[in-house]
Amino acid sequence: MVMFTLRRFLQLVPVFFGATLLVYFLVFATPGDPIAALSGGKPMAPAVEAALRAQYNLDQPFWIQYGLYLKNLVTLNLGQTFSGQDVSAVIGRAYPVTARLAIMALAIEAVFGVLFGVIAGLRKGKLFDATVLVASLVVIAVPTFVLGFVLQLVIGVQLGWARPTVSGAAPWDELILPALVLGLVSLAYVIRLTRASISENMNADYVRTATAKGLSRPRVVVVHILRNSLIPVVTFLGADLGSLMGGAIVTEGIFNVPGVGNLLYKAIQKGESATVVAVVGILVIVFVVANLVVDLLYAWLDPRIRYV
Amino acid sequence: MRFSRTSKALGVAAVLAMSLTACGGTSGGGNTGAAGGNTSKAITANGTEPQNPLLPANTNEVGGGRVMDLIFAGLVSYDVHGKTVNELAQSIETTDSQHYTIKIKPGQVFSDGTPITAKNFVDAWNYGAAAKNAQLNSYFFAPIKGYDKVSAPKSTLDKMEGLKVVDDTTFTVDLSAPESDFPLALGYTAFYPMPESAYKDIKAYGQNPVGDGPYKLAPGGWKHDTSITLIPNDKYKGPNKPKNGGVTFTLYSSPDAAYTDVQSDNLDVLDQVPPSGLQNFKTDFKGRFVNQAYAGNATMTIPSYLPEFKGEAGQMRRQAISMSINRQQIIDKIFYGNKKVATEFTSPVLDGYDGNLPGSDVLKYNPTKAKELWAAADKISPWPAGKVFTITSNIDGAGNKEYITAMANQIATTLGIKAQLNPIATFKQSRDLINSKKLTGASRAGWQADYPSLQDFLGPLYGTGAGSNDGDYSSPAFDAKLKEGLAAKSVEEGNKIFNQAQEILLKDLPVIPLWYQAVQGVWSNNVTNVQFGWNGVPLYYNITAK
Repeated sequence: MVMFTLRRFLQLVPVFFGATLLVYFLVFATPGDPIAALSGGKPMAPAVEAALRAQYNLDQPFWIQYGLYLKNLVTLNLGQTFSGQDVSAVIGRAYPVTARLAIMALAIEAVFGVLFGVIAGLRKGKLFDATVLVASLVVIAVPTFVLGFVLQLVIGVQLGWARPTVSGAAPWDELILPALVLGLVSLAYVIRLTRASISENMNADYVRTATAKGLSRPRVVVVHILRNSLIPVVTFLGADLGSLMGGAIVTEGIFNVPGVGNLLYKAIQKGESATVVAVVGILVIVFVVANLVVDLLYAWLDPRIRYV
Repeated sequence: MRFSRTSKALGVAAVLAMSLTACGGTSGGGNTGAAGGNTSKAITANGTEPQNPLLPANTNEVGGGRVMDLIFAGLVSYDVHGKTVNELAQSIETTDSQHYTIKIKPGQVFSDGTPITAKNFVDAWNYGAAAKNAQLNSYFFAPIKGYDKVSAPKSTLDKMEGLKVVDDTTFTVDLSAPESDFPLALGYTAFYPMPESAYKDIKAYGQNPVGDGPYKLAPGGWKHDTSITLIPNDKYKGPNKPKNGGVTFTLYSSPDAAYTDVQSDNLDVLDQVPPSGLQNFKTDFKGRFVNQAYAGNATMTIPSYLPEFKGEAGQMRRQAISMSINRQQIIDKIFYGNKKVATEFTSPVLDGYDGNLPGSDVLKYNPTKAKELWAAADKISPWPAGKVFTITSNIDGAGNKEYITAMANQIATTLGIKAQLNPIATFKQSRDLINSKKLTGASRAGWQADYPSLQDFLGPLYGTGAGSNDGDYSSPAFDAKLKEGLAAKSVEEGNKIFNQAQEILLKDLPVIPLWYQAVQGVWSNNVTNVQFGWNGVPLYYNITAK
C-alpha cells in the first residue's frame, strides 16, 4: 500500500509538467496581445510597452517563456500578476474561500445524496422514490446559472433570509447559498447513483446470507448493502471535489465569491499566464490526490480490493 | 461532470459579460437636493480591483481611478458639470499657452502632514514620464518640453527640461508647442503630486499611497479582490470635503451581483446598471436612480486605408453609411432609450459643446439621400461586386453584438449592399486587429474623456499620426485648425476653433458618430444626496448616509 501510494505520487510529476506546459501554451496561443489590452485602447509610450513586455517575458519566444517560468517555480516563485502582486499571494487569498465552498457543497451532496439515495433505493417504485426521481431530473435539467439567479432573487432579495452576495471575508454562513447551488446538480447525480447501486445490491447473495444469519435490518442495510454500494458514489464524489476546487466560475460570479473561479476567469481574460498556470497546477495536484484517496477508499469499502 | 462543465462555460458567456460601454441615454432620475443625514456614517459603493499599483501615473482604468481621485487632489479639480476649478493651484498663468507659471496655495499638506511643495509636482511628473519607470500614463506628459528625451526607449534621463521649480510654491512648465487646454488636463490622475517619502520604496507606496485628497486609505484598507476602505482625511482643505464617514468600495466581478446587492440594501451606490437591469431599473429604484450623459461617445471607425473609402467616392460612401443608420431606433429598441443621438464628435457635457454645427445633417437618418450618395459614389468607382461591408467588434462587451447587427441590417437594407458584424471573441484580440491596421471594413470605437476638454475628443483621435488615430485619418486642414486652437489664448477661444475643426470632420467622417454615452446609476434606501459627475462617476464625498 505504501509502494502504491508512492508510485502514484511519482506519476504526479509527468502529469504536472505535461498539464502546465499545455496550459501555458494555450494561454500563449490565445489570440490578442495582453499588453495592448492593458492600455485599454488608449495610446502607450513605446518605451513603456517595451518595459512591460520585458517584465513579463512576453518579448521572449514560447520555450524561453516557459523555461523561465519553470526556473522561477523551482524557487517557489509563481510570478506576478499584471497588477504587480505575487501570484502566490493572490492564490493564497482565493483558495481558502473556494475550499470552504467546495467542502460545503461536497458535504451537502454526500449527506443528502446518500440519504435520499438509500431511502429511494430501498423503497423502489414507491412515492418517495418517484418524487426524488422527478426532482433530481428537474435539477439536472436546469442550468446552474438559472438556479443561482433564482435562489439569489428569491432567498436573498425577496425573502431577505440571506445576503444575496458573499461579503469580502466569505464566512461559512454566507457561503451556504452558493454551496447549495453548487451542490444541487451533483446531489441529483449522487442520489441516482446511490439508488441504482443499492437496488442492485439488495438482491445480492451476500445480503441474503446476512439476512439468513439473522442480522437486524439496519445492520444489513448500513454495513452490508450501503458499504458495498458506495464505490461508484465515492468515485463520483472524488472527481467532483476536483472540479469544485477548480472554482465554479458561474456560481462564484453570481454570488460575487472572491474564489478561484473568479480569479481564473479574470486571468484568462487578461491573458495572465502566470496566474492561470499556477491555478491549473494546483488543480492537477488536487485531482491526483483526490483520485488517490478514492482508490484507497475502495480497499476500505470492499475488502476484496487490495493494493500492493 | 462533463455535462455540467459545459453549462458552466456557456453561463460565463451569457452572464458575466460586461464592458465599459454598458449603456447611455437621456437625463432623468432624482437627485435629492437637500443635504442632511448622518455625516459620520460610512457608505459603500461598487468598485473593481485596481489593475495596477495605486500610483498617479500608473492608474489608467476606472477600478483604480475612482480610488485615486478620492485619495488625491491635483492642481485643479472638476465640479459636477465638468467645470475646472482651482484646487491646490492658486493660479495657473500663461500669455502664450506654451509657457505656464503655476503657483500653489500655501499651507497645503499631504495626509501624513508633510507640506505640499512645487517640487512634489515636478518630481511626480518627472517620475511618471521617465521611460525607466514604465508608467502607463506617461504619454500624458508628452506636451512638456523634454518629454521626448526622457521617454525614449532605454533612456536613463529622469528630468524633463520643461519643468522648473522656482520656489516652494511656484514652478514653471514649458511645453514644446502651445496647448491652450493644458490647464484642463491638470486635474487628471496622472498629474497628482506624490510626497517625498514615496520614492524610497515606490512599490510599497503603490500598495499604500499617501495622498492629499478628501479621503485617505484606511490602515490595511486595500483588501485585494474584496474591498477598499477609505476614511476622511482631516488635513484636507479643498472644496470637496467628505459629507460621510468614509467610503468602502466592495469589489465586484460582475455588475449583476452588485445590482442585486443595492436592491437588498447591502450596497449603497452602484454606478453601472447591468444590461439585465436596463429595462426595469427606473421602476426597481423609484426616485433612487440617475440616467445622465457623461463625457463619452460611441462611434464607428472606417479606416482611411480601405480603397473603397478613399477620395471623393469614399467621402460620399461614408456619408451614405452615416445617413442609412437610424440611430434613434437602435437606442430605443436595444438600449431602452438610455442613450442620446450624437450630432458631433465630442460630448454634450463639455464646455464649448455645440450640437448644431454646420454639416451635422450628415448624422441624421435620411435613407433617400443615402441611396443617392451611394449611387453617385458607384459612378466614380463601383463598389466591388459581392463585397460585404463588415463591422468588426469584440463581443465580450454586453450589447455590442446586438446593436452592431442591427446597424449592419439598417445599412444593408438602405443601401442594398451586404453588411454584417465581424465578431471577435475578446477585447484584447480586437485591439490587436485594430492596432495592426489589418481591418478590411469598419470597426466599433468610442472614447471616454480623461479630463473635460473638447480637444481631448479630437486631437488624440483624428490628428495625423496621433496615438489613438486607429483609422489613420490625415487631413492637413484639420491638423492646421487643431494647431490654431491649441495656440489660442484661452480655453474658450480654443473651443471655438476646435468646433470649426469638427466641421471638417463632419465632411470627411473618419469615424461615424453614433450616440453619446450615459451613466445609469442606482442607490439604496440608506443614502441620500447622490450626484453623478461629468465623467459618470458618483461624487462620493457628497453622499450622506441616512
